[in-house]
Amino acid sequence: MVNTKADKEKIYEYLREIVDPEIPVLSIMDMGIVRDLILHDDEVEVVITPTYTGCPAMDMISMQIRMHLSSYGFPKNKVTMVLSPAWTTEWMTEEGKKKLKAYGIAPPNPRQQGCDEKLFAEAEAVQCPHCDSWHTHRVSEFGSTACKALYQCDDCKEPFDHFKCH
Amino acid sequence: MTPLIKYLLHLADNTLILSQRNSEWCGHGPVLEQDIAITNISLDLLGQARNLYSYAATLIGGEATEDSLAYLRKEREFRNCLLVEQPNGDWAQTILRQYCFSQYQYALYQELLNSKDPQLAAIVEKSIKEVAYHLRWSSEWVIRLGDGTEESHRRMLKAIEELWAYTGELFEAADYEKDLQQEGIAADLEKIKQEWQLKTEAIFAEATLPMPRNVFVQTGGKQGIHTEQLGFILTELQYMQRAYPGAKW
Repeated sequence: MVNTKADKEKIYEYLREIVDPEIPVLSIMDMGIVRDLILHDDEVEVVITPTYTGCPAMDMISMQIRMHLSSYGFPKNKVTMVLSPAWTTEWMTEEGKKKLKAYGIAPPNPRQQGCDEKLFAEAEAVQCPHCDSWHTHRVSEFGSTACKALYQCDDCKEPFDHFKCH
Repeated sequence: MTPLIKYLLHLADNTLILSQRNSEWCGHGPVLEQDIAITNISLDLLGQARNLYSYAATLIGGEATEDSLAYLRKEREFRNCLLVEQPNGDWAQTILRQYCFSQYQYALYQELLNSKDPQLAAIVEKSIKEVAYHLRWSSEWVIRLGDGTEESHRRMLKAIEELWAYTGELFEAADYEKDLQQEGIAADLEKIKQEWQLKTEAIFAEATLPMPRNVFVQTGGKQGIHTEQLGFILTELQYMQRAYPGAKW
């Protein structure tokens, strides 16, 4: 019933409509948290992976996927959570990064320089999403959600969120 | 109850209780940024606890869920180490408790990445990236306070005095840890102890803090024998489900 390639592409389109409740410009496909889509004989299975273990958005995202698929004619569906391999910001799409910046959140840097153990390391260079200046400083390593750090631009003076590399 | 279930509950209880303690700082941190930091760490630890409890619940079967394990077990059934249930005290004491635990947890999780239990290894692989943040943040604070002002140094000395007797327990294997170690599921705590001591000596040297030697080691938590602190924590943590069984948000 739901085992054609066309169905799969269609379902991926539907999943692109589901956004992260805390960053509503990013779809779950942009985030790279959808790991697999399995079409069983009479059931659709979406495999997702959490960004941070304590991220409260994950429960809501699972629910949204199920409601969304049901409304598109796939009432038999389930969401499976996998932990390994662990999610990394490397899986965020380039388009997702552009959307983040347009929304006012500095996207994660491509190199995972913020993730090592080194103490008192200089804060990562992060570009201001408002005026594009690289002249910024980190205010706090922890921010409004688990995935963000707080920065301020030294040129336009605007504070902004930075999506941490992870 | 199998050794694996006991071990998962031990790991989960460590993170749940430390999460609960850290969350007491919410709205009371010394400055806003650090208030946010400690509560973010609290959230990470709670997420780890959920993964571990959920896995334990599938092994226990029946009616067990992550919620029943967190909210409906009694004090004696909790297997967290004594360190994590100790009171927050001042900022120095909270920082030292977090540092001692994170340094231990990081070394432990590095070993558990190779655990022969694939689901435990997967949970650890996910969690260790967060633990790396906690470790770096708490290490920097130990150095900042130890090598800070006279006042902050004095407070760190007091924190060491308060907490050191509880650090030894981290490395004393309980019966279920010994069983699982032989099966390649749990880690060799002797190896972790050496790593912890080496790293801690280096950080304490930079923080101009003395490393205590030959301190009495208080144990019991891993077997459910706790200090008087845990009862108070559970009273608050479990209140809603005890007073209104089955209440849903």
